[in-house]
Amino acid sequence: MTVREALNSALDEEMSADHKVFLMGEEVGEYQGAYKISKGLLEKYGPERVLDTPITEAGFTGIGVGAAYYGLRPVVEFMTFNFSMQVLSGQQSCFAIDHIINSAAKSNYMSAGQISVPIVFRGPNGAAAGVGAQHSQCYAAWYASCPGLKVLSPYSSEDARGLLKAAIRDPDPVVFLENELLYGESFPVSDEALDSSFCLPIGKAKIEREGKDVTITAFSKMVGYALKAAEILSKEGINAEVINLRSIRPLDRSTINASVRKTNRLVTVEEGFPQHGVGAEICTSVIEESFGYLDAPVERVAGADVPMPYAANLERLAVPQVEDIVRAAKRACYRSVPMAAAA
Amino acid sequence: DSSTLTIETSLPFTAHNCDTPSRSVDTSPKELMSFFRDMALMRRMEIAADSLYKSKLIRGFCHLYDGQEAVCIGMEAAITKKDCIITSYRDHCTFLGRGGTLVQVFAELMGRQAGCAKGKGGSMHFYKKDAGFYGGHGIVGAQIPLGCGLAFAQKYSKDGNVTFALYGDGAANQGQLFEALNIAALLDLPAILVCENNHYGMGTAEWRAAKSPAYYKRGDYVAGLKVDGMDVLAVKQACKFAKEYALKKGPIILELDTYRYHGHSMSDPGSTYRTRDEVSGVRQERDPIERVRKLLLSHDIAAEKELKDIEKEVRKEVDEAIATAKESPMPDPSELFTNIYVKGLGVEACGVDRKENKVTLP
Repeated sequence: MTVREALNSALDEEMSADHKVFLMGEEVGEYQGAYKISKGLLEKYGPERVLDTPITEAGFTGIGVGAAYYGLRPVVEFMTFNFSMQVLSGQQSCFAIDHIINSAAKSNYMSAGQISVPIVFRGPNGAAAGVGAQHSQCYAAWYASCPGLKVLSPYSSEDARGLLKAAIRDPDPVVFLENELLYGESFPVSDEALDSSFCLPIGKAKIEREGKDVTITAFSKMVGYALKAAEILSKEGINAEVINLRSIRPLDRSTINASVRKTNRLVTVEEGFPQHGVGAEICTSVIEESFGYLDAPVERVAGADVPMPYAANLERLAVPQVEDIVRAAKRACYRSVPMAAAA
Repeated sequence: DSSTLTIETSLPFTAHNCDTPSRSVDTSPKELMSFFRDMALMRRMEIAADSLYKSKLIRGFCHLYDGQEAVCIGMEAAITKKDCIITSYRDHCTFLGRGGTLVQVFAELMGRQAGCAKGKGGSMHFYKKDAGFYGGHGIVGAQIPLGCGLAFAQKYSKDGNVTFALYGDGAANQGQLFEALNIAALLDLPAILVCENNHYGMGTAEWRAAKSPAYYKRGDYVAGLKVDGMDVLAVKQACKFAKEYALKKGPIILELDTYRYHGHSMSDPGSTYRTRDEVSGVRQERDPIERVRKLLLSHDIAAEKELKDIEKEVRKEVDEAIATAKESPMPDPSELFTNIYVKGLGVEACGVDRKENKVTLP
């Protein structure tokens, strides 16, 4: 099952189970979704529940949040697209960030529990391919810094199904960060995950690969890279444990710390900017809770500290590659490492 | 006395893309008396809030509504608690109009447990969801798309109710208004956008901020109605008309011409950008409470003394509410960590010193 099919089936099942669930966003209806995530839903649920909006994110995000105040369960898709279908992204959420933070995340608190906001903001996030600086950025750290929000980021088809269903059923606002480059990827899915009652717990990470020598944390597309790096490392006698975070907020600090206490070494991987990033928070958590267990400085692999360039060679240098993870893991294990090609 | 009494509005309505409601408004002696009392109570409440602020019992921002009472009271007279209201940070009286209590108001203003949001919201964030009041919003203009979202949900739920989203003339120039209005019109949402035009966005006069200050026309393809917002009966008539219109045809803009006697907030004396003569002129000629007083006297519904007694009564009521609110304790420190989420998932949340103060969210 592809990630696209997983997301589509999760939406379909939750819309079918609860009339209060509806989908709104740019091109979600007649166009069938800029990435075809919402394919077939308009036909099945009609224009009252699958709403095409104009390209005015502040307006429709506010409308979505208002509908959630009233008790509906909106799924707001962020998306725009250009001719090449190298489409966008969570970037659209920028126009709407005021409503996500000020209108959605804080209302339950400000109203002392009167106004809950059961809404999901979803769409592709992170580095895409060849779309330049304004359409290639990871917002995980931005949203995850805000109390009141829950922030999820799936990697596999099972993640996508289980986490999206959990997000839609959750009574709080959830930012759901997908990755465009994963939509077409296929993953094996268990029978259990295909059941319509399937749901993954929010706030729990998944150990994708057990190991004892070094812990690698990653989310979204970087989980795949981390697993590839672990394969390479295993050939050199390094047994890496790969943690798929799944949930950026709440962050599963106990799984991360338990792993580091076992491996004594940590590499964090993310596509976002390094400063104040998800890796920085994970590093801090391990310093706070497991300082005495560390046998090496924590290594951070992150997007380069630059706006995303367009040229293919520069773009490659700006996002983490498998060899970057391998190199950082070796450094954490005190293996001699070759100089980076571009250094 | 609930017998019907028909009174002519002093000014005509001006319509844009819609019919004009009748200037003859049905009311009753009983209703007029309640208008007088409720507006006098609001006036007194806001003046008391001014004093509490000056004696430093209220913190931060505080935006007062005195002068604009007819908007709230006229609107409430035309709708039910199943209709929704959402407004800006100038929200104390809106909350009271929805059935909130004086004690809840003053306790919230002073950050006490008995406040309508347990002291966690403050002046700008009052709510009463059980009576269809969805806040109190501090981000200028944000309540407009939010209100259209409430209207969306009402239409989606087919419950036959409408939403009134109130904003000032300052917010009337915001981009998100036009984004939300466009979608509301595309979807025929039962949304009434109420521009409370008090003629100053903070200290900027409307003509300095808006190329066209005819806010009722600014929806272009959307119907609009300009209303004397100092005339409670005109407001009632307009809101009744707008509710019927919105249920049939979708969104409509009401521009209510009103005036705030106080400055924008407590930090604004309200005197640098307008003259004292202008303020006192409005008080003398257009005051919404005085207008009702005159009606009550001219129709022999109440004697002067009776009305004076009512004013004394509300004064006492306000003083008592303040005393009660002052007795309410500050929120328990544990409230710091409540209501962050509906479902906290047993996750740990940290205080300032995470080694000292860490709690598990329920």
